[in-house]
Amino acid sequence: MNEIMNEQSSTATALRDNAAVAEALGRSYSAGFVTQIEMTGLPPGLDEDTVRAISAVKGEPEWMTNWRLDAFRHWQTMPKPDWAKLNIDPIDYQAISYYAAPKKQPKSLDEVDPALLETYEKLGIPLHERAALAGVAVDAVFDSVSVGTTFRKQLADAGVLFCSMSEAIREYPGIVQKYLGSVVPTGDNFFAALNSAVFSDGSFVFIPKGVRCPMELSTYFRINAQNTGQFERTLIVAEEGAHVSYLEGCTAPKRDENQLHAAVVELVALEKAQIKYSTVQNWYPGDENGVGGIYNFVTKRGDCRGDDSKISWTQVETGSAITWKYPSVVLRGDRSVGEFYSVALTHHFQQADTGTKMIHLGKHTKSKIVSKGISAGRSSNSYRGLVKMEKGAEGARNYTQCDSLLIGKQCGAHTFPYMEVKNPSAIVEHEATTSKISDEQMFYCRSRGIAEEDAVSMIVDGFCKQVFRELPMEFAVEAKKLLEVSLEGAVG
Amino acid sequence: MLKIENLHARVEGKEILKGLSLTVNAGEVHAIMGPNGAGKSTLGNVLSGRDGYEVTAGTVSYNGIDLLALEPEARAAAGVFLAFQYPVEIPGVNNTYFLRAALNAQRKQRGEKELDSMAFLKLVREKLKVMQISDELLHRAVNEGFSGGEKKRNEIFQMAVLEPQLAILDETDSGLDIDALKQVAQGVNTLRSPGRAFLMITHYQRLLDYVVPDFVHVLADGRIVESGDKSLALRLEEQGYAGVRHGAVA
Repeated sequence: MNEIMNEQSSTATALRDNAAVAEALGRSYSAGFVTQIEMTGLPPGLDEDTVRAISAVKGEPEWMTNWRLDAFRHWQTMPKPDWAKLNIDPIDYQAISYYAAPKKQPKSLDEVDPALLETYEKLGIPLHERAALAGVAVDAVFDSVSVGTTFRKQLADAGVLFCSMSEAIREYPGIVQKYLGSVVPTGDNFFAALNSAVFSDGSFVFIPKGVRCPMELSTYFRINAQNTGQFERTLIVAEEGAHVSYLEGCTAPKRDENQLHAAVVELVALEKAQIKYSTVQNWYPGDENGVGGIYNFVTKRGDCRGDDSKISWTQVETGSAITWKYPSVVLRGDRSVGEFYSVALTHHFQQADTGTKMIHLGKHTKSKIVSKGISAGRSSNSYRGLVKMEKGAEGARNYTQCDSLLIGKQCGAHTFPYMEVKNPSAIVEHEATTSKISDEQMFYCRSRGIAEEDAVSMIVDGFCKQVFRELPMEFAVEAKKLLEVSLEGAVG
Repeated sequence: MLKIENLHARVEGKEILKGLSLTVNAGEVHAIMGPNGAGKSTLGNVLSGRDGYEVTAGTVSYNGIDLLALEPEARAAAGVFLAFQYPVEIPGVNNTYFLRAALNAQRKQRGEKELDSMAFLKLVREKLKVMQISDELLHRAVNEGFSGGEKKRNEIFQMAVLEPQLAILDETDSGLDIDALKQVAQGVNTLRSPGRAFLMITHYQRLLDYVVPDFVHVLADGRIVESGDKSLALRLEEQGYAGVRHGAVA
């Protein structure tokens, strides 16, 4: 049995490799196709009735509906944030549809529409468990809803709850009510408030006390419908001593209009718990003239609630026309550890304003930030990070390393580090470098026989090494290929 | 193997090579000596195709093909290797990975089968042994944090793995202490073979004590002004370049 599993998983990997090769040869955004499937949804527009309608279609309890309405009312009073170094055309929130879902709602994976299975197959994410990647459980979110979650039984046997957020609200209301909004409150910021009001689905993970999750968990987000925003909500709770590694991937079709994606991710780590959250973000970035692409406004925050807990964010950001994202860690428990490893690549007219916040509250808390920004074309890439040492953060430490690599002459890289230190025993270190791929490096590679584009990939890969080695193996390979494809045409 | 005729080249608008001619046959070791600014490094860079070097006249024929028409990576695949005067650091890129990528890129261009990691590792082990280089170099990033001597040794090691037909050593001896110099020289001697030619660009006679050249040329003001055997190098050491240049003009 084991042998068969291995064989199939290696076939799956081979298929993915082939896809990546084809992708590299095709020199384009290969995830840009559209799935033809019968959809149902809400017309564009946003008011209290929209919020109620979303809550109703999901069969939510009253407390949830009210939670959403509170968030919506709060949102209406909030100004749009404009402090990021981003040029954004005004977004018409009434022109967006807030709910889109395939018409047929499957009861189990066996009933999932073949067109959907094919979509995920094409993206390299087979949902049939027999073909699935060994050791990785997947929750697939298509537009506003989860279409299936693999390996549920195996996970349940270990006591791990892994399902869509909609299901969690119905099945595990106690846990959801206890933790939802406890890390990112509904009124935290403009986009988090909007998400709280209209979120349609997302993933829910609960690892009970003392359990090490037996496999990697992952969610694959896919935007398909036109004029639809995707607002997913993810909640991961690791109880005392629990461990989990979670992966997230995202793609969308090529379209000339910008589409809005505003997600919220909340992580809670209790005493001695560890959560590792990895993202490969490949939303459609727009074309080489800056037309189309996803507007990605995401609030991700982890709470090291217990002593000796650890939360680690690793992200590889290559997609989206606009990225506004600061995965953060609140280091509440004593000796808790927060990490942020990031590679953000921008090309053509992409704009990224991304970084992290490390809020040190507990004693002897530690945080580490490694950010690698790569800018090509006419893109703009900003690192924005806050390290805050509160009064009680006795003996706390932070180390920040922030490197920028420029390719070409028309791109920009910016670094905005903020530090607030209220405890004199805390130590904050910050190192920053900006470099270019030098003519010397290029000639050195070429004089050894390596072609220009391969030389760029190799140099960029070397630049990102520190971050890539934090990713699970499968993802690291994926991330490397993604960078290669994203950098096509960046030189010469 | 290599026939350079009346080569003129400019860098940033300034003419550096002014009618250089040189013929190198397989199996030969040629030393190019000369004062600073004579055009020694320019010759190496023009032959390996570095940007910014503009050839205004003359021809370079390599195994019967027009070398100047090829991109740098194609020259490498055709067997031309330049050991850099200042080897370049590539942070985060593993030395072994780099070398395998280089070798396979060359093999691919030549229509040969690429080596898998096992076969490559075997090759690397052999070369390390022959070159008496510690395998510690393999685990580090390309030239990152290397001492001057380590960088030069790494160049020779790359040469050993890539097995070029024409190896150009651009002041590989500069900045080396005597032990490192001996090691580099020993590496070059190991690689001498009937099918391979060397062009050693150097300031000093010192290297030639350990790698005995078949020919010594004096490059001054963009031209070869005198050629001879190794005794010419000894004479230069005694009299300096001033005498040679004067003699050439006379």
